[in-house]
Amino acid sequence: MAEAALREGGDRSVPALGASSHRSDDAVATYGLTKRFGHQVAVDSVELRVPRGAVYGFLGPNGSGKTTTIRMLLGLIMPTAGRHDLLGEPFQEKAGAILPRVGALCEGPAFHPYLSGRANLARLDAADRTADPRTVKRRIDAALERVGLTAAAGKRYRAYSLGMRQRLAIAAALLTPRDLLILDEPTNGLDPQGTREVRALVSGLAAEGATVMLSTHLLSEVEQICTHVGVMHQGKLVTQGSLAQLRARAQRRVRVETERPEAAAETLTALGLAEVTTGPGTAEGLLGELAPEKIVATLVHDDVPVRGFGVVAPDLEDMFVELTGEGFDVSA
Amino acid sequence: MSVREATPYVPKPVSTRFLRSELMLIFGRRRNWAGMAALAAIPIIIAVVMKLWPGGGGGPDFFNQIANNGLFVSLAALTAELPLFLPLAVAAIAGDSVAGEANTGTLRYLLAVPVDRTRLLAVKYLGVVIFAFAAVALVAATGMLIGLLLFGGGDVLLLSGSMVGFGEGVLRVLGVVLYLGVCLSALGAIGVFVSTLTEQPIGATIAIMVLTVLSFILDQIEQLDWLQPYLLTHHWMDYGEFLRDPVDLGALVPGLLVAAAYTGVFLAGAWARFAGKDVSS
Repeated sequence: MAEAALREGGDRSVPALGASSHRSDDAVATYGLTKRFGHQVAVDSVELRVPRGAVYGFLGPNGSGKTTTIRMLLGLIMPTAGRHDLLGEPFQEKAGAILPRVGALCEGPAFHPYLSGRANLARLDAADRTADPRTVKRRIDAALERVGLTAAAGKRYRAYSLGMRQRLAIAAALLTPRDLLILDEPTNGLDPQGTREVRALVSGLAAEGATVMLSTHLLSEVEQICTHVGVMHQGKLVTQGSLAQLRARAQRRVRVETERPEAAAETLTALGLAEVTTGPGTAEGLLGELAPEKIVATLVHDDVPVRGFGVVAPDLEDMFVELTGEGFDVSA
Repeated sequence: MSVREATPYVPKPVSTRFLRSELMLIFGRRRNWAGMAALAAIPIIIAVVMKLWPGGGGGPDFFNQIANNGLFVSLAALTAELPLFLPLAVAAIAGDSVAGEANTGTLRYLLAVPVDRTRLLAVKYLGVVIFAFAAVALVAATGMLIGLLLFGGGDVLLLSGSMVGFGEGVLRVLGVVLYLGVCLSALGAIGVFVSTLTEQPIGATIAIMVLTVLSFILDQIEQLDWLQPYLLTHHWMDYGEFLRDPVDLGALVPGLLVAAAYTGVFLAGAWARFAGKDVSS
């Protein structure tokens, strides 16, 4: 979390001063990106801004348009409208130059079942015109090592467990040095140990200077490794920003523990707090712009016997349910 | 801070790495070994049967010649395999070319590498062409080997009645192999096009075979004689020209033109279909 705090200082989601070009320096920037299938709008005017160096958690319920967005970012499907830049370059014109710097995991692993893990990586590397054939063995070994798949490298992909397949897909994304990693559900199918390893890997890549954009269902994953968050809902990007910004935007509540909740509620209402409620031994209200210490002082001044006082920020799950109206699979 | 290496690799203008990888996929796959083994089995079966029960007569020309010269096992086997086995082998590989990658999901990872879509089609088609030539060559070479083993070589009696030396006979068989390779490559172009239409490689293979058999059937209907010169398979049997003396290469031109036309049209169709296609597999 210390790392996350550092990164927030470098938040560049606001255009830099004096930037005459409309191109941002963000690692991912989309402009009105839209995809329609028939008359169904899968992605609706999405304006992603993933700052360089960020670990961007791309969240949303199933069917909210995350994967369609990622497919458009990688050029697999063509947007109906809008455009996007990756690593500061316009994608439509320069896809061939940009994509070698982008490692991707898109909708789960996919490899030739009758080839070994190593042969599958060699196949992908052979397809990469920018990859140096002289270093292919070393790079494949390093990628396998990094995801802990060295021992199973010679086995046929067919015999891999889901976790091993997922690791191989991550290894493929790491075959050459990348400036941007777009990872769709990178911990899907991994056991708790594997999940921890992948999170450490993602943090390590970010520490080396890569920007990581990862889609996930797991809010704990976002809280542990992400610096920025974007939330999709029904094809729209409903919120986006650094975790700190998001938390600040959340409506905090004050909670007063007292023998006289009615009197406390009176004071809170008088101070202008909204949604004041009382319970047995408690009174609550929305904090708004008020300083908490001023509330405490006023309560004491009004002779309300305060036993406890707290400011409660809603956790991420509450915020996402509020934003999307749907629950997330937090326990998986 | 960049994670890129200090001295980046400068890509060569033309690299055969991806094509070689494609050929390893085609020729390294056990399913395809089985198919090639089946192709190679036919000349062996023909030769052994002709050895065990010689004579008979009344059969196709090439079959009658086998007892005199083992070289004719090659031609007999090619003639026997041309209506079904060879087109089926090419249809299996061509049908798998794009649809197979889409079916396993590897297509999206190839495109994200990135592989330019035009380059992907070019490599896929080149792989099919190389397989088509290899399949025909395999049948001819197996036939030649088993024929020489069981019946010996010697001078070759041509369809026009004259004799040529064994060496020239081999060259003429090579001519047949190249001509049929071109014919089957045209089928491969249709196959790659069909393969861009679906994510089911078996479906693509069946569709290609349906088109091939349809072409054979239409070629049999007299009322369609105005159409027949333009049918894909109409000129396939023209390879007999290599067994005449002298060889009139001009007689092969219609077949080559039809093959070139089918190849051009269907590769253009494959490109038009695939270049802007949404890959959602």
